[in-house]
Amino acid sequence: MSKAYSEKTEETIKPPLTSVGVIGWIKANLLNSWFNSLLTVATLYLLLKIIPAFIRWAFVDSLWMSTGAECHQAGGACWSIIPANLRFILFGFFPYDLQWRPLVAMILLVGLLFYSQNRNHWKKSLAYLWIFGLFIMGLLMKGGLFGLTSVESAQWGGLPLTLILSVFGLTAAYPLGVVLALGRQSKMPAIKTICVIYIELIRGVPLISLLFMSSVVFPLFLPEGITVNKIVRAQAAIILFTAAYIAEVVRGGLQGMSRGQYEAAESLGLNYYQTMRLVILPQALKIVIPPTVSILISAFKDTSLVVIIALYDLLKTTQSVLSDPEWMGFSSEAYLFIALIYFVCCFAMSNYSRRLERELDTGH
Amino acid sequence: MKFCKLCVVVVLVMVMATAGMAVAGTLADVKAKGFIQAGANGDLFGFGKPDEKGVWRGLDVDTARAVAAAVFGDANKVKYTPLTAKTRFTALQSGEIDVLTRNCTQTLGRDTDLGLDFVQVNYYDGQGFLIPKKLGVQSAKQLDGATVCVLPGTTTELNVADYFRANNMKMKPVVIESTAELAKAFFAGRCDVLTSDASQLAGTRAVAPDPKAYVILPEIISKEPLAPVVRHGDNQWKDIVNYAVLAMINAEEMGITSKNVDKMLKSKDPKVQRFLGVSAGNGKALGLDEKFAYNIIKQVGNYGEIFERNVGVNTPLGIERGLNALWTNGGLMYSPPFK
Repeated sequence: MSKAYSEKTEETIKPPLTSVGVIGWIKANLLNSWFNSLLTVATLYLLLKIIPAFIRWAFVDSLWMSTGAECHQAGGACWSIIPANLRFILFGFFPYDLQWRPLVAMILLVGLLFYSQNRNHWKKSLAYLWIFGLFIMGLLMKGGLFGLTSVESAQWGGLPLTLILSVFGLTAAYPLGVVLALGRQSKMPAIKTICVIYIELIRGVPLISLLFMSSVVFPLFLPEGITVNKIVRAQAAIILFTAAYIAEVVRGGLQGMSRGQYEAAESLGLNYYQTMRLVILPQALKIVIPPTVSILISAFKDTSLVVIIALYDLLKTTQSVLSDPEWMGFSSEAYLFIALIYFVCCFAMSNYSRRLERELDTGH
Repeated sequence: MKFCKLCVVVVLVMVMATAGMAVAGTLADVKAKGFIQAGANGDLFGFGKPDEKGVWRGLDVDTARAVAAAVFGDANKVKYTPLTAKTRFTALQSGEIDVLTRNCTQTLGRDTDLGLDFVQVNYYDGQGFLIPKKLGVQSAKQLDGATVCVLPGTTTELNVADYFRANNMKMKPVVIESTAELAKAFFAGRCDVLTSDASQLAGTRAVAPDPKAYVILPEIISKEPLAPVVRHGDNQWKDIVNYAVLAMINAEEMGITSKNVDKMLKSKDPKVQRFLGVSAGNGKALGLDEKFAYNIIKQVGNYGEIFERNVGVNTPLGIERGLNALWTNGGLMYSPPFK
């Protein structure tokens, strides 16, 4: 009896319309005090000012497939700069007729990365797959075997160069950083001092100066006639730089481990390498996933600094296109395009790191 | 211990190999590797810049091609290293490149302190001012108090400051890193005046939303003789690069173009015969093939042709010959006799 009564009341007396649904939400969150109301109104006004103008510029008045001259006449965005120069922006100096090769190599790389993100695939076979994949990619980029025309690394550019610099930079820097972190924690004074000096020296200078050192100063020390490939020099600078930062992050993780973990490992009779490999590092590296990924993401974006030593990465090829009188002045469109490429890569990285954190979470 | 011995041997071999290279000279090195490594700009339309297919084009690029035509008889045997204003001289000093064709201004300091040698100038430039017509200014002397858009780091910034100080005028510089952004800022009205090398001002004006609304002021406030550069101390290589540029100028003086050069081979004029290698002498003196000048003109063109093709009035830059005309037309391009 009482049950029927209460059901009836619930049906008949609904909360007032202004406190539920969309209106209720707006009232509770956007207009709940005079300050918030003011903010809401101001934000709405700004959005109204910006969004229609942006849409008009980007979509309504824009040109997608025209020449530069037509763009200079029109008022809207000139997206035509992208299709007209796409191949140079993406592949730089790679010979025009052979540009399918870097394209296939990039697809392979993305495919491999995508396949390896599933932890169920982390087996020995994956390592062989990577070695094989890297060999194919190197072959596609460099050529010279199996009837493929040889292409010098000086002609690599655009997106493949950005990916090479970052993928190799990050994969080489990570283990180096871990070793440096362990070295800094070491009880052996010589090793400890060397690691501390290295880390502090590298962290004390900006990446730009390291790149300049590698491209301007380093060649002067070499005997005349011997030159080291420009890409290798820049790559080395990026690796050395990133490794120092990763080392400090990993050190944070190592210091976060309780003394008990070390003692437990010791009492089991594990030696130093076993302790580190089986007990300490798996836990320490897990704790520092978020800051590590931050560093990897910023290192990925930092590769665009090679612009200043005239390596034609994605940013530099775009700038080169912009210095053509036909397309001069459409920098917003071109930069938006490469910003999108960078965003997709960085977002994928941070997304994956969050997934990895969830999967590895053991509750302590 | 074995490892140590191996190291010593490797180091010794490397030292001996490099010592051998250093002695041999650039021409021998270049011939051994089969191509010329040229330093180029990469971002300067009309002088050195890849087109949308990645093919290098420009006046400086054609100069490098002329050197390749002289050395190999094939203008395509050049590889380009894009260089910034900061990395260009190191690349040459360290031997990474054989010749620097990257719109470098010849100055006393660079010629001496940096251990470099400048050869024949391939473009006489100078710094000028671009202003909107509505400013109503006729002369750079009236620019007192103007905001000036200028690129940082090069001599451009210094020149304009000197000019204003010398004329007792005040200026507010607006410094922006890239040429394209600088032009954008200027057209958006962020500064009254844009200053840059005159060769660039013409190109910048051409891409203005309304080119007729802008004028280039008559004053040229600096001398910028742009010339290819080689390492100091290799005189034979310097002669080769020098006479590769001069051959293009000389060909224009003689009226020889890439179109009529084959016909000119049959010319009775001993000067033309000597120049094109029909009668021997010049090539041997330089250590090159007797046909070197013929190859340059046939494959690259004379100076007038490469000027018109890259920066002339029918290109987006639309530059008049001016100082770069032949001396017979009131310019500065003058070639010594080829004999």
